[in-house]
Amino acid sequence: MEHASFGDERNATFGITEEDHTLANSLRFTLNQDPRVIFCGYSIPHPSDAKVNIRVQTTGEPAREVLKDSCQDLMLMCQHVRGSFDKAVADFKKNNSSNKQSSKDMDTD
Amino acid sequence: MSDAESMMHGGFVSALDLPDVPSSKLPHHLDLRRTRVLCNSVAPDNTDTVQYSGAYASMGVDNSLRLDDFRNNFKVNVNRLTADEMEFDMVGVDPSLANAFRRILLAELPTMAIEKVFIANNTSVIQDEVLAHRLGLVPIIVDPRHFDYLSENDRPNEKNTIVFKLHVRCKKGDPRGTVKSDELRWLPKGSEFLKESGASASNTKAETYTSFNFSQDSMPEFSDNPIGVSPGIIVAKLAPGQEIELEAHAVKGIGKTHAKWSPVATCWYRMLPEVVLNEDIKGDMAEELVKKCPASVFDIEELANGKKRATVARPRACTLCRECVRDDEWERRISLCRVKDHFIFTIESVGALPPEVLFTEAVKILEDKCERVISDLS
Repeated sequence: MEHASFGDERNATFGITEEDHTLANSLRFTLNQDPRVIFCGYSIPHPSDAKVNIRVQTTGEPAREVLKDSCQDLMLMCQHVRGSFDKAVADFKKNNSSNKQSSKDMDTD
Repeated sequence: MSDAESMMHGGFVSALDLPDVPSSKLPHHLDLRRTRVLCNSVAPDNTDTVQYSGAYASMGVDNSLRLDDFRNNFKVNVNRLTADEMEFDMVGVDPSLANAFRRILLAELPTMAIEKVFIANNTSVIQDEVLAHRLGLVPIIVDPRHFDYLSENDRPNEKNTIVFKLHVRCKKGDPRGTVKSDELRWLPKGSEFLKESGASASNTKAETYTSFNFSQDSMPEFSDNPIGVSPGIIVAKLAPGQEIELEAHAVKGIGKTHAKWSPVATCWYRMLPEVVLNEDIKGDMAEELVKKCPASVFDIEELANGKKRATVARPRACTLCRECVRDDEWERRISLCRVKDHFIFTIESVGALPPEVLFTEAVKILEDKCERVISDLS
């Protein structure tokens, strides 16, 4: 990953290769939700290059730490999404199989 | 009591304690703009999301992300689940995340698809390259997690390649035949075609186009579960006397490279429609409203005094065609909205993996991306 910041580590641009809107837009969301962030945004310099630049400007903390925390947040959110989704699917399957079971029972009666 | 304290408790009231200054809640009109897309007759309004944590700082409202809040608010509810299709509601998540999941499902989840076709004989009217393209698009029903990617320098082996054989002939005198995907035969031992090597004729063991160390059907995951393709897909048509003989090699890939590797037929989400009647709509107007709506969102309920009143019976069915708010006077009566953080997510799998597994895999991929950035930054 490229990491450019001039003298001041509160403001930095991170160039991430092999990524696109999928990660950059999600990261922009988590970064924006962090109160330490003054400004953040991303750009894809050229549509044919698989590369995004993420700009982070903070109130004082080093930008790289804030970006790291945002990634961590996004990961925790994903884990929670996965957990709730699996639970919802399991619940649905359980309810449905019991429904089917009961309707089958009714048929045989 | 000091002077300052007596001032505070006396006639002096802090501006923050005034009743018209909201302390932790947004006023209704701003909250509506934060949480709803307004679908007016002219155009949808207020379509962006407020992401900046300090957007409402001046009102004393914190818009930042608290993981605990996210955990409390986030909800999933499955509406429909079959072997290859599912619909579920995902509530309490930003569009950027919902879109990331959708994009990963479409373009970054791996599957197996035919990438190389070795054509020994093709006398049918369909050209070799067109035939190869058609074969590439045939979904292969196998869990891609059992396979590795085939890198440029790798020899195709049992861990990265699936070989299929297609040998069909239409005998002279027979009616014209149709070649369907069912006729692709899995070759668990690998390629049967011999490589033409002009160099060493003395080489005892003839070389094929793959180098399998052992047969794939001896692997526990395939031993009683042979690899097949999606049946019933027309691949070619044969006239009497025509013949196709070929071998197709499937490898692992992602939809970004070519759509044939996409694990979903489609995958989409829509925001939950919300239909609000701003006033009671009665009598003939109620009838008119029910007739206006092509998605039959509205129903009529009979009131005790024999009058009729329109109700919003099926808001989920609303396609936001905005037919009901086309006329000025109707736009006043009905508010059409979409809830910004409520997504009705639909996944149609092509069959390699069930849809619920696809979604969890997609979320895992987003986690992996984050992990990669974290390790790069450390």
